[in-house]
Amino acid sequence: MGLEEKLPSGIVLTSVEKVVNWSRKSSLWPATFGLACCAIEMMASGGPRYDLGRFGMEVFRPSPRQADLMIVAGRVSQKMAPVVRQIYDQMPEPKWVIAMGVCASSGGMFNNYAIVQGVDHIVPVDMYLPGCPPRPEMLMDAILKLHDKIMDEPLGANAKRRELPGYAPRELVASSQRFTKEGKKAHRQALVKELMR
Amino acid sequence: MSALDPVKGFGVTFGAMFKKVATEEYPEQVKAVAPRYHGRHVLNRHPDGLEKCIGCELCAWACPADAIYVEGADNTDDARYSPGERFAAVYQINYLRCIFCGLCIEACPTRSLTMTNEYELADDSRADLVFTKSDLLAPLLAGMEQPPHPMRLGETDTDYYVRAGRPAEEAS
Repeated sequence: MGLEEKLPSGIVLTSVEKVVNWSRKSSLWPATFGLACCAIEMMASGGPRYDLGRFGMEVFRPSPRQADLMIVAGRVSQKMAPVVRQIYDQMPEPKWVIAMGVCASSGGMFNNYAIVQGVDHIVPVDMYLPGCPPRPEMLMDAILKLHDKIMDEPLGANAKRRELPGYAPRELVASSQRFTKEGKKAHRQALVKELMR
Repeated sequence: MSALDPVKGFGVTFGAMFKKVATEEYPEQVKAVAPRYHGRHVLNRHPDGLEKCIGCELCAWACPADAIYVEGADNTDDARYSPGERFAAVYQINYLRCIFCGLCIEACPTRSLTMTNEYELADDSRADLVFTKSDLLAPLLAGMEQPPHPMRLGETDTDYYVRAGRPAEEAS
């Protein structure tokens, strides 16, 4: 990525990594990119009833240069595949991808020669979201799980931490549990424990 | 045309501040979905814990997305998982293909396969989204016993499927 990746481990501490990750996940701007019916649900998520603005991501960027998150919403045809890849390549690092809906995740019910059988044939996918189409809550759940994953991402030399014995990535928790009073408390405690290590 | 017209529009904006907010606070307050919402599947059990699934593969045949994979096997007297002859030895639903249409539910002859209202399924690996029998089976409730075990509620499978595990005189 950038300069921050080249810093020696003595300078970039775990807490700095958390601040960087927190700022990244708190304003995750998606690219305006809809391919099929899932895009309708994606638009509904941006509207007032579900309001993605609550998570700092209501601005669907019309240009991939300003986007961090690609929500592949819908079936990707073989003809569309190079376009998807180009949009992904145009996005600046760090970037994440959500495969929204079963078609983007695996081809879904379109098991034929015209549809790419899973968008992970073209771009690396961080979160698979089943559903046909997934309701806005499901999309928000996927986004919130991705937020937790971003918070766990190592920065620069800290990546070695992942090779240590006993390291396990944090488990993904369903958002309705994760954001209850108890869930938030457990999450806070896990974070403090990690920072103290 | 009156002198107030240019500022009338602001009145609409101002009035909107006192309207009820339409936004649902999703992760903190989860709104209940419709009772018959098509969510994640569940494989039901008989009241004594035996599985209702008989491994007939009708759900797999009905599935338009080919998301279901079933392998049946014979029940024996030593290892009985369901009343009757057969049970599902392998049962998988690929949630990366499933479109939640509910045709499998309609096809199921024993009401073994039904759908729950659970929908938070997003995951970061394709392998974890292929749900196996252990993920799909309903939890054991009070009075249920982990199969394999012999039939507790009757002599034959008729007692289970026709009389739902109740005594013959009560059911008729």
